[in-house]
Amino acid sequence: MGAQLRVYKRRIRSVTATKKITKAMEMIAASRIVKAQRKVAASTPYATELTRAVTAVATGSNTNHPLTTEAQSPTRAAVLLITSDRGLAGGYSSNAIKQADRLTERLRGEGKEVDTYVVGRKGVAYYGFRERKVADAWTGFSDNPTYADAKQVAAPLIAAVQQDAADGGVDELHIVFTEFVSMMTQTPADDRMLPLSLEKAAEETGTKGEILPLFDFEPSAEDVLDALLPRYVESRVYNALLQAAASEHAARRRAMKSATDNAGELINSLSRLANAARQAEITQEISEIVGGASALADATAGSDK
Amino acid sequence: MAAELHVELVAADRSVWSGEATLVIARTTSGDIGVMPGHQPLLGVLESGPVTIRTSEGGTVVAAVHGGFLSFADNKLSLLAEIAELADEIDPQRAERALERAKAESDAAAERRAEIRLRAVAAR
Repeated sequence: MGAQLRVYKRRIRSVTATKKITKAMEMIAASRIVKAQRKVAASTPYATELTRAVTAVATGSNTNHPLTTEAQSPTRAAVLLITSDRGLAGGYSSNAIKQADRLTERLRGEGKEVDTYVVGRKGVAYYGFRERKVADAWTGFSDNPTYADAKQVAAPLIAAVQQDAADGGVDELHIVFTEFVSMMTQTPADDRMLPLSLEKAAEETGTKGEILPLFDFEPSAEDVLDALLPRYVESRVYNALLQAAASEHAARRRAMKSATDNAGELINSLSRLANAARQAEITQEISEIVGGASALADATAGSDK
Repeated sequence: MAAELHVELVAADRSVWSGEATLVIARTTSGDIGVMPGHQPLLGVLESGPVTIRTSEGGTVVAAVHGGFLSFADNKLSLLAEIAELADEIDPQRAERALERAKAESDAAAERRAEIRLRAVAAR
């Protein structure tokens, strides 16, 4: 076998092996999207009821809770960025990071100091490589987050919000994650969690325009709000983590699908080249034989004379 | 037919139980509270503890609830909890073991969770 042909054969073999791997990853991701979507759906009733309750307390009482009223001149903000732990998901993580950078830029432009909190190894690596300060980071659960993970992430955020900005606390809480729109579309989004904007909350739960009844609060409106808001933050973080996980799987599925398609195309063009090389080799061998035979015939004809 | 209220018992990651009931007894931070149909709109903070639901079919559903809220409006009661388990789902032996382990490790939160589970099973 000619050297050229051997090289082609080897490349075809290696691309075929890669294609098998990407195909498997594509199918794994596809099955996980469905699971992740189901988890998002399962967490929705809790989030909806909670948002309704928060809206009810915030509108139904005249309490001026620090978590629902905007600071006069906010000076510090926290940004929670959700990325993935693993790569091979196309532009998934870098898109979320870009969105966070834009948001940070905007907040800085408004004269606020920004504390960054990061979820996912990719985000941690990005910030670590650029030696940017990260207030806190969590890794290891981006593809299958649980409520306990969300609680863990939310705890320092809640603590920061409850502190005064002068003592290192924050006035605003933003979250950047990749919204799962559909199997084909996932868009990075940024959202202000706190202070709560009631209109937006009402829109999300589809209760806009609904008149909420006058609630009795047990033990008191302040206490209820005090207890509700951490839960609200946790539930928002949990929902964002779940959506991000679904988006990650969808992005990975798409990236792996195009990798598989590309590998198929590569195999096709390589086998064409290999065929041409084989044909060229055969042609060369024939012409060599023919040439050799006629040279031999010429030689014997010459010696006869 | 007696008056009914609609109950939704929702945990952070799933919907635990929903249905019609005639009476719901839960423990708020200021004491036990019973909610019957037609109650005034109410929003309360729940203590960890068992929640008892008398269903309209005459049965009783007991659930262990670990922190959360209840809100009642328009004859619809929502019980929100980070963790909620029906007493039927709880394995008493496992809860017993968890309690012992929590006591050995002096993990107060885990001990309380296990205790509430056992109380819910006992109230079944």
